[in-house]
Amino acid sequence: MKEHLLDIGDLTAAEITEILDTAAGFADVALRPIKKVPVLRGRTVCNLFYEDSTRTRISFELAAKRLSADVLNFSAKGSSVTKGESLKDTALTLQAMGVDAIVIRHSMSGAPKLLTGWVDARVLNAGDGWHQHPTQGLLDLFTAREHLGHLDGLRVAVVGDIAHSRVARSVVQGFATMGAQVTVVAPPTLLPPGIERWGCAVDLDIDAVLTKTDVLYLLRVQRERMHQQFFPSTREYARLWGVDRDRLNRLPEGAIVMHPGPMNRGVEVTADVADAPNSVITEQVTNGIAVRMSCLYLLLGGEA
Amino acid sequence: MSAITLTGARVVDPATGRDETANVVVDGGVVTEVGQGSAGLRLDVDGCVVAPGLVDLHVHLREPGSEDAETIASGTAAAALGGFTAVCPMANTAPVTDHAGVVEQVLRLAREAGHCDTYPVGAVTRGLRGEELAELGTMAALGVRCFSDDGLPVRSARVMRRALTYARTWDAIICNHAEEPTLTEDAEMNEGELSSVLGLAGWPREAEEVMVARDLILAHGLGARLHVPHVSTAGTVDLIRRAKVLGTRVTAEAAPHHFTLTDACVADYDAVYKVNPPLRTMADVDAVRGGLADGTIDAIATDHAPHAPEFKDQEWGQAPCGMLGLETALAVTLTELVRAADDAAGDLTLPQAVAALSTNPARSRDIAGHGGGIEPGAPANLVVFDPAQRWTVDATQLASRSRNSPFAGRELTGKVVHTLLRGRFTVRDGRLAG
Repeated sequence: MKEHLLDIGDLTAAEITEILDTAAGFADVALRPIKKVPVLRGRTVCNLFYEDSTRTRISFELAAKRLSADVLNFSAKGSSVTKGESLKDTALTLQAMGVDAIVIRHSMSGAPKLLTGWVDARVLNAGDGWHQHPTQGLLDLFTAREHLGHLDGLRVAVVGDIAHSRVARSVVQGFATMGAQVTVVAPPTLLPPGIERWGCAVDLDIDAVLTKTDVLYLLRVQRERMHQQFFPSTREYARLWGVDRDRLNRLPEGAIVMHPGPMNRGVEVTADVADAPNSVITEQVTNGIAVRMSCLYLLLGGEA
Repeated sequence: MSAITLTGARVVDPATGRDETANVVVDGGVVTEVGQGSAGLRLDVDGCVVAPGLVDLHVHLREPGSEDAETIASGTAAAALGGFTAVCPMANTAPVTDHAGVVEQVLRLAREAGHCDTYPVGAVTRGLRGEELAELGTMAALGVRCFSDDGLPVRSARVMRRALTYARTWDAIICNHAEEPTLTEDAEMNEGELSSVLGLAGWPREAEEVMVARDLILAHGLGARLHVPHVSTAGTVDLIRRAKVLGTRVTAEAAPHHFTLTDACVADYDAVYKVNPPLRTMADVDAVRGGLADGTIDAIATDHAPHAPEFKDQEWGQAPCGMLGLETALAVTLTELVRAADDAAGDLTLPQAVAALSTNPARSRDIAGHGGGIEPGAPANLVVFDPAQRWTVDATQLASRSRNSPFAGRELTGKVVHTLLRGRFTVRDGRLAG
C-alpha cells in the first residue's frame, strides 16, 4: 500500500485486489453483535470536511470506529487566508496535535495532495473537486466483484456528467486497471477533453451500449449544469441519456445498475430503476464501510 | 559623476546594429564613446556583454494597494537586479491607475527609489470595470502612452472600439488583456488532457484567440495601435503574424514562462504555476518561440506578478494567478532561447534576444532614451551581463517581496553584473547599488 490514498490511478491491480480482499474480511464485522475490531486502537483519525457530505463522512467515521480508532470530525467552512483559517494552517494544527490519518473532502481538486506536503499523517482523499474519489471507486469495484464474481473482462458503461465528476474519474480508472472494458456515455458537452486517452471507449448513444453492458453505472447529473447550457433541460437529458424501465430491460441477464448517490430520480434514473432488483445502490453504501475500513487499516495498521 | 569605461566587453546594440568588442565610455550620464578609448574609472568586463538596459512592458508593482506583495521600491529594485532600466507597471492597483493622481504617485515613488525608470500604464476604463472610458487625456498629459485594464479584458466590443478610436488623439496604444470572459468562467488551467485528469476547469485557448481576433479586426479597421500582452497560444501567434502581413498596427509580447513551461507543471497543484493566461502545451511553447524568432512577437515581457506567500500556499482553486519574472527574465531567455552555454543553435541569436528584451519594447511604446542605441550622446542606460555565468535561483534571496518564482531551484546561465541608469550604477557587481 502507498503512503497515502489520493488517486485510484496510483494503485496497481494487485494493490486494489489486496484492498478488496481485506475489505471482504472486514465486511463480516458488521454482522457481529459487537461491530468492532481492535486493530487501530490508540490511533487517531481526523475527518477534515470542507464540503458537506453526510454520507461519506459517516461512512468514514463508522469505518474508523469499527477499527477502534479515535475519531475527530472537523467541519470547516472557509479555508482561505481571507476567510477563516487557511488549509495550510489547519494542516499544521492537526500535525501539531499528532493525528495519524486525515480523511479530507474538499471542493477544490488537489487539496489532499497539498495536504501531504504539510503533514506527516496518512492522507485519504474522500473526494476532491472534480478530481478523484478513490474510496468510492474501490467500493464500486468491491460491489461489482461481489455480484459478478470477477472484474476482468467486465463490460462497464459509465453514463452521465463525466466532465465534472470525481466519481467518474475514479470509477473509469479503477475498472480499467482491473481489466474491465469501460465505455463512457454522455452528451459531448459533458465529456472532458482528452477522454480518449483515459483507456476507455466513448459513445454518445446509450442505446448502442446497453445490450453489451454488465455494469451500468449512472452518475448524478446536477440541475445546475442545465443552467450552464451543458444540455437544454433535464427532461431532454432524461429522454436521451436517462435510464428508465425500457432501457433497463435491454440490459443482458445478470447485469447490475450502480449509482454513487445521491440520486436525481427522474433525471439520470427513474424511481422504478433505482429500486429494481438488479439495482445494487444500497449495497454500495453498505460496502463503503468495509472498503474504508480496509483502506484505513492498510494505510495505518497494515504493517504495524 | 566621474567617467567610467567598461572595457573588453561584447557590445550588442540592436538599435545601431553594433555587435563587436569595444570599450564603452560613460560620462555625465551619457555614453561619450564606443571604441578603443577610455576615460576615468576602468572596469574590466572582458567576457561580458554590454547591452542597452532592458525594458519590461508588463509588470505589476502592486503599489498602491498590495504593499505586502510588492512595493514600487522593491519591484524596481528587482527590475534593476534583472538588468532592467525601464518598466511599465500595470494599472490594476488599488486605487486603480485610472486617473492622473495615481500615475503621479507611481512616478514619484519610482523616482524616489531610483532603481529604474517607470512608464505607468493607465487604465482603459474607470475602475477596470469595462464600462466607461477612464480620462485617458489626463494620463496622456503625464506621458502615459499605453492603456490597459490588464488582468481584466475590455469585454465590450463597443467600448474597445471607442477606446482604440479615442486613443488616436495621442496615437496611444491600447493593450487588451486577451481573454473572452464567457469562455473562462471558473477556469483554472489550460484546457486539455491534463486538466481533465487533474479535475481542474479548463481554460480554452479559444478564449484568448477569439479576443485577439476581435481586437485585431477592430484595430485594423481604425488604423489604431493595439498591443497584445502575454501571448500564450500557437493560434494567437498565427493571428498576429497574419495581421502584421496585412499591415495592422499591432505589437505583441510573450512572457518567459510561456516560452519555457507547460501545463505539465500543474501536476502537483502547486499554485506557483497558476498564471493568467495559463501555461499551455509544448506545441504552444514552440510557437511562441517561433513568433519571437521571426519577429511576430516583438518583445519579451515578464508579467511580473508578485503575491504574498500565504496566497500562493493555498488550494489551486483559490490561489491567485501570477508569477515573478523580473529577476530571472534575462537568464531564462539566455538559457532557454539563446543557449549560449552549450553552443547549441538557439531559437534566437544574442542580438535578437537583446532586441526582444530592450530595443523592441522601447520602440513599441515610444520610450525614448531606452533600448539603445549605445552611441555618443545617448543616455547611459545599460546592462552588463556575463552570458556564461551559472547560478541557481533562490526564491528567498530575491529582491521582490514575494517568492512566487516558477524558476526557483533552477540553474540558469547568464547573470547581470552591472546595471546603469543614466550613467549611475543601480546594480554593481550583482548587488543593488546603495
